[in-house]
Amino acid sequence: METIHRTIIAKLLVLAVAMFMFAMFVLPPLYDLFCEITGIGGRTTGDVYEAVDVKIDTSREVRVQFVAANNAQMPWEFYPMEHSVVVHPGESRAVNFFAHNKTGEDMIGQAIPNVLPNNAADYFHKTACFCFDNQPLAAGEQAELGLVFILDPDLPDNVNTVTLSYTLFDITDRTSVAIAQR
Amino acid sequence: MAHGPATLADGWKQYASRWLFTTNHKDIGTLYLWFSFAMFILGGSFAMIIRAELFQPGMQLIKPEFFNQMTTMHGLVMVFGAIMPAFVGLANWLIPMMIGAPDMALPRMNNLSFWILPFAFAILVATLFMEGGGPNFGWTFYAPLSTTYAPDSVNYFIFAIHIMGASSIMGSINIIATVMNMRAPGMTYMKMPLFVWTWLITAFLLVAVMPVLAGAVTMMLMDINFGTSFFDAAGGGDPVLFQHIFWFFGHPEVYIIILPAFGVVSQIIPTFSRKPLFGYSSMVYATAAIAFLSFIVWAHHMFTVGMPIAGELYFMYATMLIAVPTGVKVFNWITTMYKGALTFETPMLFSIAFVILFTFGGFTGLMLSIAAADMQYHDTYFVVAHFHYVMVAGAVFSGTAAVYYWLPKWCGKMYDETMGKVQFWVAFIGFNIAFMPQHFLGLAGMPRRYADYGLQFADWNMVSSVGAFIYGAAQIMFLFNVIRTITHGKPVKDPQVWEGAEGLEWTVATPAPYHTFAKPPKVK
Repeated sequence: METIHRTIIAKLLVLAVAMFMFAMFVLPPLYDLFCEITGIGGRTTGDVYEAVDVKIDTSREVRVQFVAANNAQMPWEFYPMEHSVVVHPGESRAVNFFAHNKTGEDMIGQAIPNVLPNNAADYFHKTACFCFDNQPLAAGEQAELGLVFILDPDLPDNVNTVTLSYTLFDITDRTSVAIAQR
Repeated sequence: MAHGPATLADGWKQYASRWLFTTNHKDIGTLYLWFSFAMFILGGSFAMIIRAELFQPGMQLIKPEFFNQMTTMHGLVMVFGAIMPAFVGLANWLIPMMIGAPDMALPRMNNLSFWILPFAFAILVATLFMEGGGPNFGWTFYAPLSTTYAPDSVNYFIFAIHIMGASSIMGSINIIATVMNMRAPGMTYMKMPLFVWTWLITAFLLVAVMPVLAGAVTMMLMDINFGTSFFDAAGGGDPVLFQHIFWFFGHPEVYIIILPAFGVVSQIIPTFSRKPLFGYSSMVYATAAIAFLSFIVWAHHMFTVGMPIAGELYFMYATMLIAVPTGVKVFNWITTMYKGALTFETPMLFSIAFVILFTFGGFTGLMLSIAAADMQYHDTYFVVAHFHYVMVAGAVFSGTAAVYYWLPKWCGKMYDETMGKVQFWVAFIGFNIAFMPQHFLGLAGMPRRYADYGLQFADWNMVSSVGAFIYGAAQIMFLFNVIRTITHGKPVKDPQVWEGAEGLEWTVATPAPYHTFAKPPKVK
């Protein structure tokens, strides 16, 4: 009697622990992977794109719009300096965003990008972006934040407007130094 | 105390230690049932506060912050404190008696899995008295409401959920071990009463998904306290991930709640129809099919998060598929009653109401499963009405039916049939007055989880509140009936109790002796 109980308890405990591990360590990376593959949620790959020589497709014009928003409690002023540009696929283009820390405290910001429509996310390449790093601004400091991007010539034909939005988060309390001090 | 359990006559110390240290499945079942009823009254009083505030538009009685805590705590207490422990209590009482086992397989773990529950709920309820208040983010505790914007007490909430999860997992392991290893000779799987089958499948669901819930709250804990970013976009995480993980737990969870209710009704309807259950094996397979499907439909709770159209279509069709095995069950219950020698005792009334109202809730569920239409229904009172039809008219009605049905076997006294019927009609009418209007409110666009509403919703809200108070009163009558039966009920001696009752639990003496089936019975 005792041994048959032990076998089944052992099996069920293994199942329970495995499901916990699955939720903690498999589901989150799996979700990220899934979103990257499908472009769901407008995720750009987040890596610096190594520019390759491509022909600029001058026959095609795509409008790229920029949107900037602040996350709930982020007090900085933050907006794109140009609201939209028209580019040819394959052409490298630089634009700037403006950020101003109007508070009396040194802060660190982090911008999170998002691209719409979803099927354009994989074709929006950033060769340089302020969103690759966190942005420390001292009290009262202002900065122009640069972004260089290339639209892939393979961009689906039905896409003629791409919207890139940035949400700026206050991560002052989230840096490793701040957490260590808690 | 030589033989039998200690009673109050042996002194209160003996009596208290009997309950504290008991390893008897009947004692632990009783503890679970009383605990769940206490939680039911507590969660119900939260609901009364909600409905009192919503009686009229404008802020009347409580602050919106407290209203949010009430909706959250109502959901958490009812799901984890009232319904789940009630069915675990029924499982403890009935499964060993139904399969001819002397007790549960792991009696000491059984004691532990019950006695950690009061602590979990003490911690959870204590948060209401803490600075900043208790959980106020809805029972689904979506991040970032439950992380970035949560009250400080959220850590207590997380700890309470961990304890409840541990309790459920232990209880489930116990049930699986009992059912798989301790059946009497001749009790093959396909001879097991359906209540045992539904619980066996439920227990597997619990072992599979309670750890996922534990994982979700652990990730919250780390986001809040240790600077990780599972659910925080600022650090590369995603709040939508939380919803996926939560509903990966949450959808099987709703079947965890309803499958044992199916089992209860499948025991009661044949008894009062005086016919065997129609389509026993199809019932078993339908239960297994529902359990399997529950794992692959979770995102129908999140049609509005911005899924690609392919995802919406998949989750929509997969969800609709659940109607097939559920329909099999409903038709089997109806066919069991067809041409039966029906009598309408209180348990049967509750069971028939279950079939009707659960089916109604199932139909509104089908409406909600249509992705395109769900855009309008999402997060409105239509959803609230839908899940109260399946949770309350489903789980709570069947739990009430179960208590009336087996109470004579448990305590050897018969409840008062008139009082039982009065309680049924008050509950049935009150329930429908409370929740039917919420369909109309939802279709008209009233969002859920708000302390106030537009004037156009005033009339139906008032009706709904009145119904809720009536339904609340029915529960006080239920408590009265149970206590009155135990103290003043007419003694029952017949082991079978009900004329049409079949099964091993009706072969032992009434009231059921403290120890049953010390020698395994022979099953034909």
